[in-house]
Amino acid sequence: MESEVSETPIYTPYHPRWYRARVSTYWWSRRWAYLKFILRELSSIFVAYFVVLTLLQIRALTQGPDAYARFQERLKAPVLVALNALAFFFVLFHAVTWFNLAPKAMNLRMRGKRVPDLLIVLPNYVAWLAISTVVAWLLLR
Amino acid sequence: MAEMITLEVARYRPEREREPTFQTYEVPFRKDWVVLDALNYIKDRLDGSLSYRWSCRMGVCGSCGMMVDGEPKLTCATFLSDYMPGPVRVEPLSYFPVVRDLVIEMTDFMVKLKSVKPWIVREEEKPTSEGEYLQTPDQLDAYKQFSMCINCMLCYAACPVYALDPQFIGPAAIALAQRYNRDSRDQGSEERLDLLSQHEGIWACTFVGECTKVCPKNVDPAGAIQQYKLTSTKEWFKSFLMPWRAK
Repeated sequence: MESEVSETPIYTPYHPRWYRARVSTYWWSRRWAYLKFILRELSSIFVAYFVVLTLLQIRALTQGPDAYARFQERLKAPVLVALNALAFFFVLFHAVTWFNLAPKAMNLRMRGKRVPDLLIVLPNYVAWLAISTVVAWLLLR
Repeated sequence: MAEMITLEVARYRPEREREPTFQTYEVPFRKDWVVLDALNYIKDRLDGSLSYRWSCRMGVCGSCGMMVDGEPKLTCATFLSDYMPGPVRVEPLSYFPVVRDLVIEMTDFMVKLKSVKPWIVREEEKPTSEGEYLQTPDQLDAYKQFSMCINCMLCYAACPVYALDPQFIGPAAIALAQRYNRDSRDQGSEERLDLLSQHEGIWACTFVGECTKVCPKNVDPAGAIQQYKLTSTKEWFKSFLMPWRAK
């Protein structure tokens, strides 16, 4: 009988030789759930970007009306409009996924039973909507 | 002629090949057949050399976990009809070393599972003469979900954190630690705290959430981990504010 063992000299009979698959650098591209996760992680960069932008805006505000007008003018650059639109999308994505994950991190129990997920998610959305309405009213009145 | 379905099964024969290959088998399609039935058909009728683990055929033993079309599944609960017209790709569970064909090496999980002390820890056992430890239905409900875990390791095969950082204790072991932490009869939560609060414990988890989605028993390991992050943070603050209370 021809020996199949000789093809792989590393193999020692009756000793395991495990195969370990390498994890690809692009593991996150294989499944939609993984991609969504990576996009969510990425969204934190845009959240940070908005924080910096807001700080710059406040600085411009403290420097007087001229500085603020110049700041607003600069924001009108097409590149910045595109960047802000993208950042807005990511911040929205971050907020929505955050609220949807909230019930997982909480173990609220009332009268011995677990509070349903919807009851944890809903107040978050209501608060978000209420605060956004107040902000919109302050800006647009 | 009976309807057939094609299975592409991962083969790894360490005495012959350096890495896994795929072998194609034609098996009869039957509406009530699961992937495990097809594998048993192959083993019985087509190729006796195929290796895989299985036992109960009813989603209780947790030994037939495999990747079916790239998703971690219990093959005894995965119907061929959901994959018609095929082909169906069957591979060993991801992120574990492969011993042969569809058989993975699970020692890593077993060691981690034991490390979280998944049993009732008592400071002092009360004598049998005093009777059993009683529990109300509400106290049972507090941990029952986590106690459904059958150690099938599908959650590990779904977890990219475990893939990238094999030191991570992982979803099932942490969920089972929580199963005992939440048990009113258990007094071992402090003993589990140090291990779970390490980076390789809960903090390595980045909340991908796939462990919960693939769990065949609705254990929700992702929830267990996030909730424990809260507990661990509270314990840290307590020991920071009241160092004299630290053990």
